[in-house]
Amino acid sequence: MIADLPLLSLVIWLPILGGLIVLVNGDDNIWARPLSLLMSILTFVVSLALYAGFDLSTHEMQFVEQAVWISSYDINYHLGIDGFSLPLIILTAFSTIIVVVAGWEVIQHRVSQYMAAFLIMEGLMIAVFTALDAILFYVFFEAMLIPLFLVIGIWGGPNRVYATIKFFLYTFFGSVFLLLALLYLNHVAGSFSILDYQQVSLSMQEQTWLFLAFLIAFAVKVPMWPVHTWLPDAHVEAPTGGSVILAAITLKIGGYGLLRFALPIAPDASMALDWLVISLSLIAVVYIGFVALAQSDLKKLIAYSSIAHMGFVTLGLFIVFRIFANSATGSGAVLAVEGAVIQMISHGFIAAAMFLSVGVLYDRMHTREISAYGGVVNTMPIFAGFAVFFAMANAGLPGTSGFVGEFMVILAAFQANFWFAFLAATTLILGAAYTLWMIKRVFFGEVANDNVAALTDVNRREFWMLASLASIVLIMGLWPAPLIDVLHASVEHLLTQVSQSKL
Amino acid sequence: MMFEVINMSFALPEIFMMVMACIILLVVAFTGENSGKVSYWLSQFTLVATAVIIYQSINAPAGFTFDGSYIKDPLSDVLKLAICIINVFVLLYSTSYLRARDLFKGEYYVLAIFATLGMLIMVSASHFLTMYLGLELLSLCLYAMVAMHRDSTRATEAAMKYFILGALASGMLLYGMSIIYGVTGSLELSSIASAVQTGGLNITVLSFGLVFLIIGIGFKFGAVPFHMWLPDVYHGAPTAVTLFIATAPKIAAFAMLIRLMVEGLGDLHQHWQGMLIILAVLSMIIGNVVAIAQTNLKRMLAYSTISHVGFLLLGVLSGTNEGYAASMFYALVYALTSLGAFGMIILMSRQGFEAEEIDDYKGLSERSPWFAFMMLILMFSMAGIPPMVGFYAKLAVIKSIVNADLLSVAVIAVLMSVIGAYYYLRMIKVMYFDSPVVEHEIHAPKDLCIMLSSNALFVLALGIFPGSLMAICITVFS
Repeated sequence: MIADLPLLSLVIWLPILGGLIVLVNGDDNIWARPLSLLMSILTFVVSLALYAGFDLSTHEMQFVEQAVWISSYDINYHLGIDGFSLPLIILTAFSTIIVVVAGWEVIQHRVSQYMAAFLIMEGLMIAVFTALDAILFYVFFEAMLIPLFLVIGIWGGPNRVYATIKFFLYTFFGSVFLLLALLYLNHVAGSFSILDYQQVSLSMQEQTWLFLAFLIAFAVKVPMWPVHTWLPDAHVEAPTGGSVILAAITLKIGGYGLLRFALPIAPDASMALDWLVISLSLIAVVYIGFVALAQSDLKKLIAYSSIAHMGFVTLGLFIVFRIFANSATGSGAVLAVEGAVIQMISHGFIAAAMFLSVGVLYDRMHTREISAYGGVVNTMPIFAGFAVFFAMANAGLPGTSGFVGEFMVILAAFQANFWFAFLAATTLILGAAYTLWMIKRVFFGEVANDNVAALTDVNRREFWMLASLASIVLIMGLWPAPLIDVLHASVEHLLTQVSQSKL
Repeated sequence: MMFEVINMSFALPEIFMMVMACIILLVVAFTGENSGKVSYWLSQFTLVATAVIIYQSINAPAGFTFDGSYIKDPLSDVLKLAICIINVFVLLYSTSYLRARDLFKGEYYVLAIFATLGMLIMVSASHFLTMYLGLELLSLCLYAMVAMHRDSTRATEAAMKYFILGALASGMLLYGMSIIYGVTGSLELSSIASAVQTGGLNITVLSFGLVFLIIGIGFKFGAVPFHMWLPDVYHGAPTAVTLFIATAPKIAAFAMLIRLMVEGLGDLHQHWQGMLIILAVLSMIIGNVVAIAQTNLKRMLAYSTISHVGFLLLGVLSGTNEGYAASMFYALVYALTSLGAFGMIILMSRQGFEAEEIDDYKGLSERSPWFAFMMLILMFSMAGIPPMVGFYAKLAVIKSIVNADLLSVAVIAVLMSVIGAYYYLRMIKVMYFDSPVVEHEIHAPKDLCIMLSSNALFVLALGIFPGSLMAICITVFS
């Protein structure tokens, strides 16, 4: 019975509708918060229903919905999910609940607009992960920028206007090339279906241009070095909720785009240019790791650490060609792609948790400077426990989800090239260095000043918020099998796609 | 001897409108004090009735009349309908503005109706002289409308500039027409088309004439490098007049482009394509870059118009039916969106206060969240961000040039739309992220508020379901 419902439409439009209701209700309304929470929980439940009805054995698109949208251009409302989209949808739905809860008391200014922006954004982001029509994808991909632009600009920090306009223009710049690529593919394939795009054969030159267009569009989102500079600005200025969504989901759209568009549509160009992506990824891992070490602002530090961690995603996706070249079986390739996707999901939870932790501190102290803290553990022992746990996860401690993805990618990298693996593995040192050093300066030692001495520990709301994230990070770290099962068929399919030349 | 019976029914909307225009002119002369009110309602009646007449005959077969100088086809029906409907809204928007500035008199409406008549004639012209007649009728009315605010030096200056440059452009156009007449021996677009198709003409002289035609059209559109008048006129004219100039005449200019270039000289596509590429690319670059430097909203929108004209030309220069349809979609969407944007300026204005500086919109979202949101929709639509309809307009024209293998032009177009996004975002930044300088509420008349809201929401709704309008545009050109 569940399968008969248009679950995907439901999971997209329910939060958008909820957001509109909240928005229309107005600012003075005490129902804005509970209503938003209700809507986000309902959406999460629907996303779990997707998981329940998901068939693990096939790579085919599931829950497919198709309706004509713009008949004259043959643009369809075409939705469907596979193993790559499902975990990201659940991640999105879960993060939104967290964001709503995180903004419960903190946001006192234009509450309903804040909640509505996040609910609408949730719907749009889920839609990005489900769209199978290129124009539909692009519409949601772009429309998503509007609420985030407003969130950073209205509820952000002192330099918010600069940050939000930079964010918007940067991502818009990338995505117009995506639009050109999609239109060109339409010209060649004669349809706007992404699945048709993946079938069409293209010359090397075409593939190269298309690949570069996709790379610009999605590298900005991921973000990869050197187009990452918008991210630290956006993170620092964004309100906590904005940072959480940015880190947890919008960055993942970059990785998702690469594996939905760049790899299957232009496999030969991906292979020819894999050195480019691999080197950019390794620079992100190593160089940005050092940059993170030098930060004095908590949010900036986590922002840079996000860039370094996302380097693993792009690395994992693009070392597969080297692995194919080195071994006949290609079992390492499966490991690499699965590791990359697990890293995306895991980073979504961990980065969200880290930003929430910073939010907890910021709400009390109104500063993000590391030097303003010290000895927080003395006044906030429970919170310190969570923070240390998340920091460990961020550093890739075995037993947490942060370990699984990184470990799989590093392991696979050995099959590609020893030096890739060697450089990637430096993250285990660098990541530990910048996170633990930050923890040491903020949490341990003597109580630094009166402000720290006056801190109160997490309240019930914050406790449950952090506890739920902590348990997910732990469960995913100890028992990643359910996630891997969801991914497996789709990963295998992606690898057959990329190993077949389209020339 | 046989006389061909002239089929008047094809020109019925224009004939009706002309009769009504004369009636309004007479009535205005005798009503004195009330002339504004009476002529306003009469004009609205005229526009609505004309729209009804056009709609009634929309299924009637296409054909020529007046000895081949006048055409009725799906293109003319749809564009005329759009012009009438948009002008109904223009007049609705203008009333309160004109009232507050003591301009609520018959002249504005008489001129508006005659200008509309000019536009309708342009849309249906299938003959050089008919085209010129319509164009001049429109232009002369517009010159007078710009100058209507007699006491304002800025308006007078703008009118003067507009008049002189406009006259020059008309001269160019006429010169081009005469050259083409000299080569092909005809003024009728269909016989010009067949003459060109047959070949054997002196192509050098023909393209010489073509250049002059393009200059005339480029001027009417305000395409770079013939755009000089546009910012001054938009800025100098009373906002109600700017609103009028910025909307429906663009549709008429589009019709003129299609009639002359595609229906008349379609076989010279390879000759005019290059010229239009230059106009389009320059318009997109100059329009978008210069708009960034503006502090006056009307001037900013003027430069944004220039850039939109560049985008609009893209579809036509691709030389395919798909491209023409895309351009038509763009023209209609642009008219609708700029209707809302200038309507917003009128809504924000009061007696003695023109809300035309960008800073006047500071903190609008706190003073009036609803109208800030409406303006946000309009700005994002102009920037071409989905889910607003402006996105599909850009999508359609870019798709048509990608299909025509003009990828480098497409790359310039998308890059320029990124630059363009900046100043629209700045407008949103001013409304949403800055704190208000003035605290007063917006007290615009109810009807204006409702209209603006429906205008902006229509832009959004059309963005979510653009299919039907696109289908109309495509059917027109198939």
